[in-house]
Amino acid sequence: MKTIINELLHHRNRSRMLSFALIIGSYLIIEFLMHSIRISRLFTSMLVPCCCYIILALSLNLVVGFSGELSLGHAGFMAVGAFTAIIVSGLSAKMIPDPVIRLFISVLSGSILSGLTGLLISVPVLKLSGDYLAIVTLAFGQIIKSLITNIYLGFDSNGLQLSFVTNELNLEQGKMLLSGPMGATDTAKISNFSSGALLIVITLFVIYSLIDSKYGRAIMAARDDRIAAESIGIDILRSKTLAFVASSILAGAAGALYALNYSTLQPAKFDFNTSILALVYVVFGGLGNINGTIIATTVLYVLPELLRSLQDYRMLIYAIVLIIVMQLGSSVRLKRSMEKLKNRFSKKGVIR
Amino acid sequence: MKKVLCVLLSILCLLTLAGCGKSGNGGNDSDGTVTVKLGGSGPLSGDAKVYGEAVRNAAQIAVDEINASDSKIKFDFRMEDDEADGEKAFTAYSTLYDWGMQVSLLTVTSGAGAAVAASYDEDKIFAITPSGSSTALVYTDSKNFRGNFQMCFTDPNQGVASADYLASYFGGYKVAVIYKSDDVYSAGVYEKFAAEAEAKGVSVVYVGAFTDDTSTDFSTQLTAAKDCNANLIYLPIYYQPASLILKQAFDMAYTPIFFGIDGMDGILTLEGFDTSLAEGVYLLTPFAADAEDDLTKNFVETYRSKFGDTPNQFAADAYDCVYAIKQALENMNYDGNMSSEELYEAMIAQFTSMTFNGLTGSNMTWAENGEVSKAPKAVIIINGVYVSAE
Repeated sequence: MKTIINELLHHRNRSRMLSFALIIGSYLIIEFLMHSIRISRLFTSMLVPCCCYIILALSLNLVVGFSGELSLGHAGFMAVGAFTAIIVSGLSAKMIPDPVIRLFISVLSGSILSGLTGLLISVPVLKLSGDYLAIVTLAFGQIIKSLITNIYLGFDSNGLQLSFVTNELNLEQGKMLLSGPMGATDTAKISNFSSGALLIVITLFVIYSLIDSKYGRAIMAARDDRIAAESIGIDILRSKTLAFVASSILAGAAGALYALNYSTLQPAKFDFNTSILALVYVVFGGLGNINGTIIATTVLYVLPELLRSLQDYRMLIYAIVLIIVMQLGSSVRLKRSMEKLKNRFSKKGVIR
Repeated sequence: MKKVLCVLLSILCLLTLAGCGKSGNGGNDSDGTVTVKLGGSGPLSGDAKVYGEAVRNAAQIAVDEINASDSKIKFDFRMEDDEADGEKAFTAYSTLYDWGMQVSLLTVTSGAGAAVAASYDEDKIFAITPSGSSTALVYTDSKNFRGNFQMCFTDPNQGVASADYLASYFGGYKVAVIYKSDDVYSAGVYEKFAAEAEAKGVSVVYVGAFTDDTSTDFSTQLTAAKDCNANLIYLPIYYQPASLILKQAFDMAYTPIFFGIDGMDGILTLEGFDTSLAEGVYLLTPFAADAEDDLTKNFVETYRSKFGDTPNQFAADAYDCVYAIKQALENMNYDGNMSSEELYEAMIAQFTSMTFNGLTGSNMTWAENGEVSKAPKAVIIINGVYVSAE
């Protein structure tokens, strides 16, 4: 019994418990509030996208923080997941009327396809060392966006019809699933906050399991010193590929959840800026810091909306807040004084 | 640090919760006037900021005029930033909903508008967009958003109108088209233009597409158009890339006629652009700032004195939207004692039956599906001003 408690109180496990407690606790509080008092529309409208960005940032943290590679195209994986989910959900709408099961199947297929694309690009590229992955993922994001921008996909009684670059579909009483730059229109909104929270918990579980496993330690060893890791016989390619594919699966799930939360979605949404946004969340929260990523994503996502009352100065203030927090976060003096404060409190605890 | 962040986070949550609930109707004021809460969203930051600001400024002018007049209907106007992005438009809409918006200007841009069009329909809030020209704002394949209307032409109608115009005024010309394939607006116009041009026998000799990532160099498209001996280039695009096309064509001594649509409007006010390059450019637009009628003159003068530049067609459309809403409210003798659903139904009934005269056209009417019917005007740029082309 004592050993279990010791294990739980061990710093590493404490931070793990905290992340699950953070998500489940906020979920319960928000659900309770939603059912007891009237909550503003703005607040409820931000719940699902916020969940999606948290999952995206966590998945990116797996690549950037734990495996030490730079991915600049995570929006591309999100796009693959998003549009796969839209297509699957649109096609199965009649067969599976239950939205929960349909959401599950759509998110699953979105993440699988995204994982396959991740595997496809990581296998050749991770063999290289250096910043090549960053360059390739950057290109990958652009290619995915351009591809989806040119796809026209619809279905009618004759089945699925596809046309590329120009719209040559003549549907008989059918429905367009993707229409080029207009993207998906008329999507059924089946995402909800519960599924978002559940998906974050699954994401946390996947990430923690991976980090704690043999492969996880190999991934981090390869990050810290590639040569030393190679010399003791760690298969670097395999461990890095594992991290990258897991990350792309999670990013695809985030995209799928995101897509099914809106009635329309344009491929242009998943541009370079979205990838960088995810990277900002990760850097802000701390490389390899899971709890930090969750909190940073939430704060950075909510902040611009809270600043709406400032009107024209909104983006200016947002940028200033970003800079200030970044400065404070990296300030040595602040860290020291926080440390002192912490020590004082813990000493008091001992005396008592 | 973590604890501090946790506390911060909870404060943030509380703050968002603080603005709870939908506040009541604008309602009756003591002096017999009725205040209507008019909302709307548009890009007030980011790339497309010009359009959002034009709409906000012009709508503000209209609202100020109405509030200063002896009109019984007064407006409380609030415009939120949506960065021309669907996700942001949704939170902007939610903010406005919490505020208690009764009537709306929908959104300024098409992409953002498509994301919230269904929400307006579900919540039964009447909306008319000044400039969101995609049909996705007013109807989809399966559904007509009954309460969503447009003040501008829809993209397909613009494509058809330009093909018709080219067929009747530029019969023997060889036409080249350069459009932006990843843009909803540009691709939407081009698609209909291509179909109508073929039907009307316009000879299209070359079609060149570009995307957001390749919107700085047009030498490939221009050289190809030149090689096909095209003597008219149709540009269904916004004015920023169009300005580069004009410059690069000039540099390679290629001088066809350039023909743009309403997105070309604004090219004369583009910073750092040599307006002499735009001489002789044709464009289809519902509004010309140099028109001689009193309405246009007053509007342009007020806009100039308040904001320092010449209003474009987006501004004119926004101004018209506010006055059209006012006219509808007056026609139904709105007294503030209607439920939001009754107001919604009454607005739809008014808009589908009334005729409106404004800056961007006279005898405008609206169809059941929300599209406006007004005559397109072609103008030509001569000595740096728009002159009617007819």
